[in-house]
Amino acid sequence: MLARTALESLTRKPSAFLRSPWPWRSLAYLLSSAYLALAPAALAALAYLYGLAVACAVLPPLVVVSGLAAARLERARLGLVDLRPTADPHRPPERPGVRAWFATRLREQATWREMALLPVAMVMWFVDLGVAFQAIWLPLLLLSGPLQPTVDSPTGWLLAAGGLLLFPVAAYVVTAWAGTRASIVRAVLAPDDTEVVRSRARLVDAFESERRRIERDLHDGAQQRLVSLTMKLGLALLDLPPGSPAAVQIDQAHGEAKRALAELRELIRGIHPHVLTDRGLPAAVLDVAGRSPVPVEVDISLPARLPGPIEVTAYYVTTEALANVARHSAANHCLVRGRLLDDTLVLQVEDDGVGGADPAAGSGLSGLADRLAVVDGVMTLSSPPGGPTSLRVEIPCPLSA
Amino acid sequence: MPPLRVAIAEDVVLLREGLAGLLERFGHQVVASVGDAGALLDAVREHEPDIVVMDVRMPPDFTDEGVRAALALRADRPRTAVLLLSQYVEQTYAAELLDMGADAGIGYLLKDRVGDVRDFVDALERVAAGGTIVDPEVVRQMLGRRRAPLARLTPREREVLGLIAEGRSNAAIARRLVVTEAAVSKHIAGILAKLDLPPAEDDHRRVLAVLTYLRG
Repeated sequence: MLARTALESLTRKPSAFLRSPWPWRSLAYLLSSAYLALAPAALAALAYLYGLAVACAVLPPLVVVSGLAAARLERARLGLVDLRPTADPHRPPERPGVRAWFATRLREQATWREMALLPVAMVMWFVDLGVAFQAIWLPLLLLSGPLQPTVDSPTGWLLAAGGLLLFPVAAYVVTAWAGTRASIVRAVLAPDDTEVVRSRARLVDAFESERRRIERDLHDGAQQRLVSLTMKLGLALLDLPPGSPAAVQIDQAHGEAKRALAELRELIRGIHPHVLTDRGLPAAVLDVAGRSPVPVEVDISLPARLPGPIEVTAYYVTTEALANVARHSAANHCLVRGRLLDDTLVLQVEDDGVGGADPAAGSGLSGLADRLAVVDGVMTLSSPPGGPTSLRVEIPCPLSA
Repeated sequence: MPPLRVAIAEDVVLLREGLAGLLERFGHQVVASVGDAGALLDAVREHEPDIVVMDVRMPPDFTDEGVRAALALRADRPRTAVLLLSQYVEQTYAAELLDMGADAGIGYLLKDRVGDVRDFVDALERVAAGGTIVDPEVVRQMLGRRRAPLARLTPREREVLGLIAEGRSNAAIARRLVVTEAAVSKHIAGILAKLDLPPAEDDHRRVLAVLTYLRG
């Protein structure tokens, strides 16, 4: 899947990761932490110019203001390594004026969280700059090996080669720390967007129950009528002399009705798989596997039925993955494995095909990523050219809840 | 074939009446015709039919009442043959039905098959006579699952295996593939040997062995 944060980008293939903007974004993120050095510098300047007493007097409002300002900056900076939206948790002040502004801010929980971040950020900026400079300076130093007067030529070139090799390593280190730091900052600063997720989940639920209703209507209506029609046509055929013009016509109509019935059945299966509701995920996946043109082995073992939305999402992801295997992979064999590990549903679809699957190329998988997001699921795809392809889906799934 | 005493359980009146008409036309006797699973059990106790034809999805929940009713029925009346009809067939349900045991015939067919009236009545009679019949759709699903020994079969042998699993006799398979019965017997011997299944003269035992094998 497409990475939305620096941390997620780490799980991509090395070639894709190193060519992506993420290492550079991460470096920019860490270097821009330097601004945090300004705050203590400003305080020191204040104490130096006006004396310690004045500095101590303006300290409390200064902490509030700088805490809020730092938080605002941190939120903006977060965009460098985290593409998920971050909302401002603050309310507009109730009245105009500095006093009202302070009153509003001091009564907000967000303000106190942000001020608590300030000392943490103060520690982190040392690390940020340290990591960033090590990542740049160490490879550069080694690269300069051949130019050093105290180093002989073969050793110098060896050092330079080492320096070149260090760059990709540095990219990982920088991205890893930037991603970790960003997730700390997000945990403190970004307001929880569970309400949005919940309403999306409601929407998906509503779609799902609507699909069930449509399936039921088709089953009770059109499907039964078509069965009855084919039966009547079949009976009519018995009464007609075989080979007569009427018999030929009725026979054709009979064939048409049977084809319509078969098509309708496929359509209904796509709308809502009944066996999923009746028997759960392992049975439903087994039945889908049975219809796949590529031989599919199913190994799903779960301690209990999963919550409805998770079951449905997992089912659609598996169906889509198997459809992709059949369409693109030219595989001879496919394996679907499913387990519940530490309250997480882990599904893996592996094939021995040609590989080279690209979620960005509109393979239908990117659409499923949206569906997965509603249940907090993540999808990782490994598909080097030449294969094999392995799709891994993880969905948090607390069975006790 | 002497007329069979048939009970029908189907909630859609249109189909219930249609089925009854169809069976009567072929000389069978419909002794009970009900709209849900609960009424079916009572009707079977009262009329003791030779065979029950029922829909999988019935009131009150419209899920798998038919499958559950079939299990309850077999526990209550082990000698009653059961033919289940459904708008969609899945190997999961087929497996549950086949687990019921082989005391009496069992059939699991797509409702579509009713349209081919002669074949349908033929299937019904075979189930009443103790046969096991599984819809070709289900057999195809079962064959689709990768199992190493299956890969050793020739395409023709796979075809024959599919027809055995559907519950067809040697004669029927020979007719379908337009070959002699002797050729069919040879294929079957080859299949059973490759799959390490015991040779079975009895059609019904053979069907069960093959289905058990396919379910793996």
